[in-house]
Amino acid sequence: MTARARLSFAGLAALLYAALLVPPVRHALEASMTAQMLVQIPLLVGVGALLRGALPARALAVTAGWDYHGITGLTLASLTAALWLLPRSLDVAVTEPIMAWAKYLSVPLLIGLPFAVSWPRMSFIVRGVFLLEFIATFFRMGWLDLIWPDRLCNSYLLGDQQRLGQYLVLIGGWLCVLIICKLLWGRFDSLIEVRRPAPPPPCN
Amino acid sequence: MPILRTLLASLTLIIVGGYALSAATDGFRAFTTETARRIEVREHPVQLPATMLETQSGARIRLADFHGKWLLVDFIYTRCATYCRALGGEFAQLQRRLAAPIAQGKLQLLSISFDPHDTPRQLADYQQRYHDLGFGWLAARPVGPGALERLERVFGITVIPDRFGGYMHNAAVHVVDPQGRLVEILDMDRPELVTQALPQSFSQSFKP
Repeated sequence: MTARARLSFAGLAALLYAALLVPPVRHALEASMTAQMLVQIPLLVGVGALLRGALPARALAVTAGWDYHGITGLTLASLTAALWLLPRSLDVAVTEPIMAWAKYLSVPLLIGLPFAVSWPRMSFIVRGVFLLEFIATFFRMGWLDLIWPDRLCNSYLLGDQQRLGQYLVLIGGWLCVLIICKLLWGRFDSLIEVRRPAPPPPCN
Repeated sequence: MPILRTLLASLTLIIVGGYALSAATDGFRAFTTETARRIEVREHPVQLPATMLETQSGARIRLADFHGKWLLVDFIYTRCATYCRALGGEFAQLQRRLAAPIAQGKLQLLSISFDPHDTPRQLADYQQRYHDLGFGWLAARPVGPGALERLERVFGITVIPDRFGGYMHNAAVHVVDPQGRLVEILDMDRPELVTQALPQSFSQSFKP
């Protein structure tokens, strides 16, 4: 990637990050559980993913030696994501300023960036396992939000939690549909490599 | 050896991440703020401040005046039609069940309003609505700048406005020991848990 392209990726990431830091934007996105989970945190992941484009080729080469099939990056991103899926994490990120900073730093740098760095290195199977788990998480969290009779977060209303649950289940369903479409009609580069060579033409 | 290095890095991350997750959930016990607050209080009782309160009769008291008695505290707002309906009923019920220790001066029930609109008059109406017997149960509002915020902070109460002009809050029964320490936070619809948290001598006088 050229230096100029890297610079524009860094600029885009900085711009998105700054927009998310603007107090009215932050408050609006944290006023509901749905907006925090489905808009704010995904956009912070996006900031980290954009930062990947700003990395010099050397940094990518160094990490590649420690990231066989992208597994290290995926592990880091998954563990950090698990922390921010806890209902009490959403609460403290709103009530404790230090945890707000922890969220604003860890979500881009420990979820978005390592995931974007590792995704191109992942094999078909690693991607498959990830997607399965990713979709299952939407259903699990959505189901939890829907059936839980009390509020999971003290900072948010019960109706908000149930709406989030519906959205999570819907998104999980749509992801399933997309994957099925991809499986039926999509192209898989990693399959092309293992495709057998065409048989030799029959002799006359 | 990218495979071995990846294995090493991933295992290290899993160990560090496991510790972080364990720390963030109090050893995989508390996934919500509400559970965390209850565990925290049970393991590390909190000394309450001597906040000034105004009761339903207009009298001024301090939270510290209850030292020497067990104290059951709930947080309310008098316009509340959901949780507080249960809480008001629960406190009236506890007032009857615990009539003996209350009469002996060993126990006190206290409802604290977090709604700035609540006046002593409204607090008195609230108690009447739930058939207050007229002894051992006070309804009060904090007086003075910052008093409510301080109480909410110490008790771990989060109050958020709902979409209908009321509030939503984490409703519970808070048990305060005679030294003025918050020692237990319990679900509001489990009076048997409340009696278990109090000295055993209290429960001998219960009418089942």
